[in-house]
Amino acid sequence: MTRRVAITGIGAVTPLGVGAGALVERWSEGESAIEDGLGRCQDFDPATHLGVKEARRADRFTQLAMLASGEALAQAGWEDGPTIEPERVGCIIGTGIGGIGTIEDQHDLLRDRGAEAVSPLAVPMMMGNAAAGVLAMRHGLKGQCYGTVSACAAGAHALGVALRMVQCGDAEACLAGGAEAGITPLAQAAFAGMGATSPNGECRPFDARRNGFVMGEGAATLVLESEESATERGAEILGFVVGYGATADAHHLTAPDPEGAGAARAIELALADAEVGPDGIDWVNAHGTSTPLNDRSETAALKRALGEERAHEVPVSSLKSSIGHLLGAAGAVEAAATVLALGRGLAPPTVGWEERDEDCDLDYVPGSARTLESNGRPLRAISNSFGFGGHNAVLLLEAA
Amino acid sequence: MPTANKDQIEERMTEALVSFGAERDQVKREADWESLDVDSLDLVELAQIVEEEYGVKMREEDMKQLKTVGDAVDFVAERADS
Repeated sequence: MTRRVAITGIGAVTPLGVGAGALVERWSEGESAIEDGLGRCQDFDPATHLGVKEARRADRFTQLAMLASGEALAQAGWEDGPTIEPERVGCIIGTGIGGIGTIEDQHDLLRDRGAEAVSPLAVPMMMGNAAAGVLAMRHGLKGQCYGTVSACAAGAHALGVALRMVQCGDAEACLAGGAEAGITPLAQAAFAGMGATSPNGECRPFDARRNGFVMGEGAATLVLESEESATERGAEILGFVVGYGATADAHHLTAPDPEGAGAARAIELALADAEVGPDGIDWVNAHGTSTPLNDRSETAALKRALGEERAHEVPVSSLKSSIGHLLGAAGAVEAAATVLALGRGLAPPTVGWEERDEDCDLDYVPGSARTLESNGRPLRAISNSFGFGGHNAVLLLEAA
Repeated sequence: MPTANKDQIEERMTEALVSFGAERDQVKREADWESLDVDSLDLVELAQIVEEEYGVKMREEDMKQLKTVGDAVDFVAERADS
């Protein structure tokens, strides 16, 4: 019997604004924050939100994680550090590419002005585990601490390992999530070069006109805590993580398995982990990137895992339609949005979905948010994340 | 080599330390690094600025001797003038 894991804090910085509230409210209204083909966090001002000293020593991905985590920990009542043994609180933060903005800037200095011009802050800023290390230090979290690296599944993997850590008793609580600030010239050129991003900068998940993803940036972190600990200290419980499944496609480094076999297995594992069947979930927060391949294979995976009939009944929406693809942060931002939307009894829409594709024939929640019927039990949803490398990570979340 | 007097060097160093996050009104000749929350990584950056602007090398062993803003200003002023 594993321990039940509650969510006692949620924080986010996304293109929809600073704060988890802006994320769920604006997505539920069907708003899109994509401008000029990018999902930037325009409301985020590092020097104002964090102060000069902290801001200049951190790459933007870490800065975003810092602001999100301040919100999550404050909500958990741990603004000044955990009120439980800090050695029993972990910190796991996923990222796709880490401090790539720093790498690019420092490489420019190296090329133009030589090795001596490279900043002594370069390494602590660019390393992919910087966000995890900085957050642990900033908030005095002394349990397990590291980064997860699995491209666009990194944020979901971080939450998955944090779930297991708390379930099995290696920690009482864990701050976990993902952060990404990859809107840089090199990353943009690289994704465009492989044909992954939309040439016209439009994000239309599951729509027949989709032609690639739109890059976004941001971060979200959640405080996962044993229900026992949360109840004992009287923390507000915002929801539960009740299932997790992770698999590898072992098919192709960037293309998903066309049948969605690996993704389907991850969904099945998450359902089994939560001990629920396909009828036990009420909504799917899809990976839904707006690439031709992902959306087709994800649709196939949902049918495979839930059965044709159930797959057609369950609403499926993609947050990326509103904020773009946050890469290594996506899984965490989507998990945060999923829990908050479940709390409101809503499935927010796939913004801008209009044209049906014969390979994408599920209910993608076009137009506006859908009210979810609870059927006398807490609402549940799965949040899917898949990454280049063939990584699949699925979280099963439950309303409080 | 640009010629620089002590006041100009102090002004430039103050500007650098403020950009590192120190409070401007705390940056005085007698202020030590700890009171300004300036650590070894900041000092390496300060050394890069000094070398770039005044052609003066502040090596690690030099920096160990420089405990305050004034120490660093004097160190640079002596060598920039020579």
